[in-house]
Amino acid sequence: MRASTRIIAGIVAAVLIAAAVAAFAIVWRPAIAGIDPPDPQSFDAALVKRGRDLAAIGNCSDCHTPRGAKNFAGGLPVPTPFGTIFSTNITPDPETGIGRWSEAAFRRAMRSGVNREGQHLYPTFPYDHFTNVSDEDDRALYAFLMTRQPVRAAPRENQLSFPFNQRLAIAGWKLLFLRHDTYRPDPRQSAEWNRGAYLVEGLAHCGACHTPRNALGAERVSARFAGGDVDDWHAYAINEQSRSPVPWTADALFTYLREGWHPDHGTARGPMAKVVSNLSSVPASDVRAIAVYTASVSGTPTSGRTGPSEDALARAKKASQTNPVGASIYTAACASCHEGGRPLPYGGVDLGLSTAISSPDPRNLANIVLSGIDAVEGERSPIMPGFAASMNDDQVSALLNYLRARFSDQSAWTDLKKTIAEARRTQTVFLQTSPAPRNAPADPQQREKP
Amino acid sequence: MMTLKVNGREHQVDAEADTPLLYVLRDDLKLNAAKYGCGLGQCGSCTVIVDGKAVLSCVVPMVLLEGKQVTTLEGLGTIAEPAPIQRAFMEEQAAQCGYCIPGMMMRAQALLQKNSKPTDEQIRAELEPHLCRCGTHMRILRAVHRAARLMDTADVSPAANGSAR
Repeated sequence: MRASTRIIAGIVAAVLIAAAVAAFAIVWRPAIAGIDPPDPQSFDAALVKRGRDLAAIGNCSDCHTPRGAKNFAGGLPVPTPFGTIFSTNITPDPETGIGRWSEAAFRRAMRSGVNREGQHLYPTFPYDHFTNVSDEDDRALYAFLMTRQPVRAAPRENQLSFPFNQRLAIAGWKLLFLRHDTYRPDPRQSAEWNRGAYLVEGLAHCGACHTPRNALGAERVSARFAGGDVDDWHAYAINEQSRSPVPWTADALFTYLREGWHPDHGTARGPMAKVVSNLSSVPASDVRAIAVYTASVSGTPTSGRTGPSEDALARAKKASQTNPVGASIYTAACASCHEGGRPLPYGGVDLGLSTAISSPDPRNLANIVLSGIDAVEGERSPIMPGFAASMNDDQVSALLNYLRARFSDQSAWTDLKKTIAEARRTQTVFLQTSPAPRNAPADPQQREKP
Repeated sequence: MMTLKVNGREHQVDAEADTPLLYVLRDDLKLNAAKYGCGLGQCGSCTVIVDGKAVLSCVVPMVLLEGKQVTTLEGLGTIAEPAPIQRAFMEEQAAQCGYCIPGMMMRAQALLQKNSKPTDEQIRAELEPHLCRCGTHMRILRAVHRAARLMDTADVSPAANGSAR
């Protein structure tokens, strides 16, 4: 009896030790020795330039350069269902940035989400996509960042509740959701398609917004590109579930991603504006590759997405009869531009082509109606007045219901009033106290327009 | 027929629900300060104040105005007794052709009603929807600052008439 008890105790102890060792192996990451910040002159200029373009494709500045802040100095609050996470300083400041990071430390952060000190990073930093970035591209990104102006800006403390404030938890998350394999080209596809796939699935991390997330904040593999959330906006489905009334083509995507608007689809605003602004400054061939790959992802449209015109006329009549207030607002406030026949970007898109109106989520439409679209200085950009000052929530609701009934074949939105109130709360403050958002390039000195 | 309150007076107007406010102001009430510029809400020259907020009257249908107080430039002051904002624009000679100026003044007025000492940045941001092709922007900026000072020292402001806070 005693001997067998001892054996069992021994086995239990061995299992516990093995489990502890395994857990330690999963959780623990060594620090990588700090280096003296490298001399910016030591980097090859062509490599830095390539890094600049890659950083623009990666949209790094969107999170790492908050509005009005110094380039790449971090501090943007990113709200998540688990609490608020602040972006970090990725300038080469030795104390508060990544000045002491070796290239190996930078690559480890990109590949496995671990900082130089060995701490696990929250997946708000989309390393689940950056695993796909090649060594050469990581080297170029490193060269670009290490040659930026160092900014002394201490990282802000994340505001997360237990257990999410434990970085151990991230190791568990990685075990469940992080795939370490890098992108492998598909030999059956063209070089351009493969280049696009490499960028979209990797550095450009399109799925971070356009793929819905599960309860633990990981992208749902089974619903790839089926539409997701970003800030107070909906990132539309870009797979076959797209509600775009006219199917996207590679050409349309190229124009949209490059210019920020397309006559068949409307304008890129909200968080997508920054993406487009960044993409307007990188080699056209890369944007073309992204467009080619994305068009293939969106596949063949499901039937019935382009409604016959007699249906449209019947819908218009019915919508006006059932919702005269919405119809009156539309006539005076919307039709003058949207039915003016003036082409984009200065005229309004034919609302029958609007994805915002046919989308299952009304947030983007509410945001745009309330805030409008500010013209961007120095650019041939779309413009629309906001209506927050002239319409109350009931009136906006009447308008949105009218637009939905007239310009889509979808059922009415539910909870519209709540969405509008929320859009007013979050957007009007932003509108009235700050200057208009700028399409800030990744590096204002090096802006290149086609 | 609907009742429209403009500059403290009630008017019975015969207009469709989808008629833009600007048309009623100019054509029916003969209040011609608000100007027709683009008709698309893109230039700002039609700006008036509704319940304390600057709105583009060319894209505001009558259906939105029930129970609201509209203030036009005529409601702020007269030639004999200009309001601080009007005095300031005259004293700074901020108008050249003058077409955009009523709209500029109305949005500046709405700004000063909620922020009596705006910074240069705030004025620039607020007036951004307004186009001026003559290029008197620097004078307009100075005029808004001057109006802020005038309002600060003025004992009675005619602007209070008809404009909700």
